Amino acid sequence: MKIGTITISAAIIGAIWGAIWMIVIGILLMLVSGITASPPAGTALVAGLAAGLTFIFLPIEKRTRTTFTILGVGIAVLLFLLTGGQVFGTTISEGILYQILAWAIWSALVVISIKMCLQDYQTGSAKRYRMELLLIRVLKGLAFVLFTIVVILPFYVMVMTSLKSQQSLLSNPLDFSINLAQGPELLFRSYIELFTQYHFGTFLWNSALVSVATVVITLLFAVPGAYAVARLRFPGQVVLSRSILLIYMVPAIVLVIPLYAVFSQAGLRNSLTGLLIVYPATTIPVALYMLQGYFRGLPSELEEAGLMDGLSRVGVIAKITMPLSLPALASVALYVFMIAWNEFLFAFMFLDDLDMFTLSRGVVSLNSSEVPRQHLMAGAVVATVPVLAIFLWFEKFLVAGLTAGSVKG
Amino acid sequence: MSATENLSKGPPKGFGALAKREQRLAYIMLLPTFLIVLGIVLGPLLANFWISFKPVQLADLRAASTLVNEQLRPRPKAAGDEVIMRYRIRNSSQKDPITEVTLSDTVPAGLVLQLNDERCELNGRELFCDFGTIEPGGRFNLDFPTIVEQAYIDNGERPRDSKSALTGQSKNILTSFEFTLENFDKVFSSSEFWSVLRVSLYYTIFGTLGALVLGLFAAQILNTAFKGRSILRGLFLFPYVAPVIAVAFAWVLLLDAGPGGTFNAMLIRMGAIEGPINFLGQRAIPVSLLGIEFDFPMALTTVITFEAWRYFPLSFLFILARMQSISTDMYEAAEIDGATPLQQFWYLSLPQLLGILSVLFLLRFIWTFNKFDDIFLLTGGAAGTRTLTVDVYEQAFAVSNLGAGAAVAVVVFFVLLFFALIFFKFSPQDDG
Repeated sequence: MKIGTITISAAIIGAIWGAIWMIVIGILLMLVSGITASPPAGTALVAGLAAGLTFIFLPIEKRTRTTFTILGVGIAVLLFLLTGGQVFGTTISEGILYQILAWAIWSALVVISIKMCLQDYQTGSAKRYRMELLLIRVLKGLAFVLFTIVVILPFYVMVMTSLKSQQSLLSNPLDFSINLAQGPELLFRSYIELFTQYHFGTFLWNSALVSVATVVITLLFAVPGAYAVARLRFPGQVVLSRSILLIYMVPAIVLVIPLYAVFSQAGLRNSLTGLLIVYPATTIPVALYMLQGYFRGLPSELEEAGLMDGLSRVGVIAKITMPLSLPALASVALYVFMIAWNEFLFAFMFLDDLDMFTLSRGVVSLNSSEVPRQHLMAGAVVATVPVLAIFLWFEKFLVAGLTAGSVKG
Repeated sequence: MSATENLSKGPPKGFGALAKREQRLAYIMLLPTFLIVLGIVLGPLLANFWISFKPVQLADLRAASTLVNEQLRPRPKAAGDEVIMRYRIRNSSQKDPITEVTLSDTVPAGLVLQLNDERCELNGRELFCDFGTIEPGGRFNLDFPTIVEQAYIDNGERPRDSKSALTGQSKNILTSFEFTLENFDKVFSSSEFWSVLRVSLYYTIFGTLGALVLGLFAAQILNTAFKGRSILRGLFLFPYVAPVIAVAFAWVLLLDAGPGGTFNAMLIRMGAIEGPINFLGQRAIPVSLLGIEFDFPMALTTVITFEAWRYFPLSFLFILARMQSISTDMYEAAEIDGATPLQQFWYLSLPQLLGILSVLFLLRFIWTFNKFDDIFLLTGGAAGTRTLTVDVYEQAFAVSNLGAGAAVAVVVFFVLLFFALIFFKFSPQDDG
């Protein structure tokens, strides 16, 4: 039973996980159940420290599921005793089921985290290699928890706010518990009002129309252009394939004033047609750049064989290149769809009439003190869900598209 | 030309018929792209320079125009009534005259107009008048005594059925050759400009670095295989894929300093802060660290954090892809040589990632500099977060001075050009 660097590290690791999980689970408990807890991070830190020390003194062969269970129950009891029965800083009787569940999850997570960090370590000292390995494990674990929370929290708040009412949020901003007993009509009333009173059906339709049309126009322009740059020899080919990159670095804000002026005088400003001219213009260079890279990667022998067999260039493109490029076309299409769907600046500057609004423009119009905030968040959810659904469905293609084209931001 | 002659001259120079056809095809295929880029990107870019030298306000976009209104008074009841056919004509602008104003109209059947104005002539039922120039804000009526005949009462044709056409030339400030340096003078002499430029650079540098560092960390934790990795990878891309309006407003509500602010409530409950912090509305918070007092730029830090949060998925994707293409042999050799994990990261992984990191840095740098939506939606450029791009909007549309906005946009463009040149100088030749 030597005491060394590992032993001290184990204590620190236990303490860190005890406190971190208390904060995370405590806040989660508040958000989900609406209980006004004040998670005792300091006390949990002590309990975690005890768990870390206990673990490191366990001989390797004794680290079984049974001992882990005992350890988990042990620190749960320890936490109970140290906090004087108020595990989450509030009387245990308040939402007792939630509290007991959170309490159990906390102790389980602390034990699991300690085990994942320390499973092949024993009390004593270790060389630099093993110490660094330990450090990296802890850092990775922490980063894991942190990243997940930081990414999810705004989306969680968005969805939950849309299902609550303004009064209840003002009285307790941490209470995101959902009252399922009120029935779906009351629960989703923000959404129902958006579609019945705030014209969100029209906005959704406009957004879909503009995005799909942008994709179609972009592909119609970019496919021949990309093929020419990738395969045909002509003076200026090299200059062109490099300068495409430059074009999509031109900021939209520099274009917006002249376009606003010209479109106003041409009567194109307050119309979807105007957007359908601007959006493809901004996406075609990206699409062309992505596609020409892909076309270059295709074996040219196939196309040459087609030419030999008497197909024209156009025939080669239609019958050989296009079928081979379907994955790339899907990537480009999804990427362009995402850009068009999410576009804000031009929609905001150009559209004045309610029946022209895209979702981006429509959600901005909800951002006023007269509209309750759950409506704003419901609008945000309506704008987010389609694009996230498409993303999850075609994740493989979109990730490929993002990596190929996301020099654009 | 014989074959031997051809041989002696070496390979043919210039383009053959086939090559020429290929060129022509290439140009045809590129033409649509070229035209739309010219019209919507390059054209406006040049137009922006043009506008930046013009004294043009937002209101000037509604050019001076002539308006006409025709009516018959009093309403004719029976044949033989004597009424007045009146055309009211005016110049909508209070500033600019309109030249070469002409009016043409078709008089309804059954109305007999008595021409009492030498500027007008009647040809059958076609009325034509030439008024010359109408002064700014000018208005006048043309009154023609008219006798109503039975035909007018019988058929349904009324004066307004035929639209009277009024034409005229007005000076359009956008197309005139009137130039001024006032816009640039205003931009550079304003005390705000340099602070706006500074904020822009802070935002760009720290936003880019933040996104890169977060991306590097995220790539590290997802580089090892485990159950649920692909789900997590999808989740980590959410901030980038979701529409900016949705996530920006979610952040605004989350960080609200009022009674409904969730994040502040969390911090207060955890005992981290005493009272709510106005994350997006407070310019600076005095902080005393180790006896040194300084102002912590609160709102700017928040928008930079948002930028890093929203764009870390991009750098994460690239870095992860690069990391997974590094061969494992190197690490095995390093293991055998006894390199520690941190040494492996520092001496093996980082040098391998340096290429992609620098490309990402430059690209993200340019795109962060270009960014308008994020800050505009979060703070509207208030509380010390006004960047150059937000300033373009403020000048052009909030202050309604299009010329000044265009001048700021010119500054944006040149700063950007500078960075783009650096990027092209350092970018790898093979377009990674």
